Amino acid sequence: MPGRTLLDKVWDEHVIEDLGDGEQLLHVDRHLLHELSGHRGQLEIARRGLKMRNPELALGTLDHVVSTVPGRRGGPAPWADRMIEVFRTESRKAGFPVYDFGEDGQGIVHVVGPELGFTLPGVLLVCGDSHTCTHGALGALAWGIGTSELVHVLATQAIVQAKPKAMRVRFEGVPGRGVGAKDMILALIGKLGTAGGVGYAVEYAGEAIRALEIEGRMTVCNLSIELGAKIGMVAPDEKTYDYVKGRQHAPAGALRERALAHWRALPSDADARFDAEHALDCASLAPQVTWGTSPEDVIGVDGLVPDAKPAALEYMGLQPGRPIAGTKVDRVFIGSCTNSRLPDLREAAGVVRGRRVAPHVKAWVVPGSQRVKREAEGEGLDEVFRAAGFEWRESGCSMCVGANGDLVEPMARCVSTSNRNFVGRQGPQARTHLASPVTAAAAAIAGEIADVRRL
Amino acid sequence: MEKFTTLTAVAAPFPQKNVDTDTIIRIERCTGTPKEELGRYAFEMARADPAFVLNQPRYRAARILVCGEFFGTGSSREMAVWALAGLGFRCLIAPSFGQIFFGNCYQNGVLPVVLPGPAVAALMERAAAPGAAPFTVDLERQTVNGEHRFDIGARRKRMLLEGLDEIGLTLALEDRIAAFQAADRERRPWVYEGVSNAHRREK
Repeated sequence: MPGRTLLDKVWDEHVIEDLGDGEQLLHVDRHLLHELSGHRGQLEIARRGLKMRNPELALGTLDHVVSTVPGRRGGPAPWADRMIEVFRTESRKAGFPVYDFGEDGQGIVHVVGPELGFTLPGVLLVCGDSHTCTHGALGALAWGIGTSELVHVLATQAIVQAKPKAMRVRFEGVPGRGVGAKDMILALIGKLGTAGGVGYAVEYAGEAIRALEIEGRMTVCNLSIELGAKIGMVAPDEKTYDYVKGRQHAPAGALRERALAHWRALPSDADARFDAEHALDCASLAPQVTWGTSPEDVIGVDGLVPDAKPAALEYMGLQPGRPIAGTKVDRVFIGSCTNSRLPDLREAAGVVRGRRVAPHVKAWVVPGSQRVKREAEGEGLDEVFRAAGFEWRESGCSMCVGANGDLVEPMARCVSTSNRNFVGRQGPQARTHLASPVTAAAAAIAGEIADVRRL
Repeated sequence: MEKFTTLTAVAAPFPQKNVDTDTIIRIERCTGTPKEELGRYAFEMARADPAFVLNQPRYRAARILVCGEFFGTGSSREMAVWALAGLGFRCLIAPSFGQIFFGNCYQNGVLPVVLPGPAVAALMERAAAPGAAPFTVDLERQTVNGEHRFDIGARRKRMLLEGLDEIGLTLALEDRIAAFQAADRERRPWVYEGVSNAHRREK
């Protein structure tokens, strides 16, 4: 019998019932909720006269529609405050905690879940948000769901799903200076395309993945959905077990010992078979930046704008054949569930320290959670950013999706550490270039897309 | 859920690739717009262009959309399906779909049909041809216009044909869920106890 993959092992131990025809009913160990998709699901379950089955396995936070203005205590407008209030009230009635303004746990669901130890190796976790694949960085089986599925999970603590095929991607080699997790995953999406992972759960492996801290692995897994895969995973290792240790919702004492024994058996067997295998050499990678309106439209920052996708180039206001570096930018956004964790902010601050944001650039840092914000302030990172001319804001999804009104102006160009450069994603006619925190920081300082290695 | 059996309707050609859910329905419309009103905001930015396919009178009654590759990529927002359903679409045909969007279609009685690229190209051409006849999608026979056969799982097919609701079906398996949890608590107690203890501390 061939060995089993990480996906096989975690999947199999969640099967409640085989429904036939390739579909199975799976147990949901962890349900993360935020106010935007959460409140809609709560209203719907109430309308149907059903009850939440397992509130003790759920956790809520506020992220999508909250204001990020320094000192804020609500949404940017009354409609957002009403939504937040519905979410608070319904969550209280159902019996699970919502981390609120001023608490460490308020922030982007995919930052907060792991930070609180709610996300654990081997759990099946869902959330009404496509970037739920982020949690796979800890060896969890995690994916984003729509409203109907969210109501299904509330009512049954289970979800119907067909098992995806297994893909393994090995990131080999040691990335050079200025190159990190974001560049690795963007380069992979550039290579395989945004539909490259359709139908697969992707396991990221190889020495460059092992070398990443958990936060970097989250950045990689976060963009699985941009590769077309609902699920991305990294096998847990000692770094993972150290990461979850002592966190609020994580097991402690004897319970942790039992969990550890179980977790250590989860990584793919040496002879496990994958339905598809890919490899990417990280040693030769340059810092990556997108030029078009899909995450697959990506090149090295030292490269030329390709002669392709004319509609995308027109939208982005770019000329083919010209270097992408030197393109003037108006906005810089460091934040989002991709890149708003403490190591991201440390790296960006390292570039910014002692320098000034170009006068024509409006640059923001939006920490992923209140805990990230507090810890960054403890290290003086807020002072580094403020002294350089960045705005240091409150935690939330902010300008990644603009649900709270944090938008890029029409025709303005933004270098963003987020995950989607779709037409209009950051606002009507906004032009988005996806990049890493250090490349975004370099753009803020230079006032144009710049190679952080040459700054 | 509304049943889906056989649909004969005008098909609109929309060959653009990688159409994302942000394009189908903007985030501002996902924050409070009632489900029933979302149809008027579908493809909001694209519809500002008078030449956009769905602005053409001949496609006003379209209920089938022939799409380019990887339709519905991006966010999990189910409002994208609600908006398309609000415009009257019951069937989408494409070489591939965004995976979360694909699942969301089934939840709303919208049939996502995956066909090989050449078949979709042929249908696209036919939908765009002057005086094109309506298309017929037959779920029982799993065919488009009687010639292009598509795959669909037997369970999902039955749910669409009978208009079954997934929550209702799963609630009927409550004893199985309870039995799973009881056994799982023994096997993986930290999954249940760790988070419950923290919840109690929260209170």
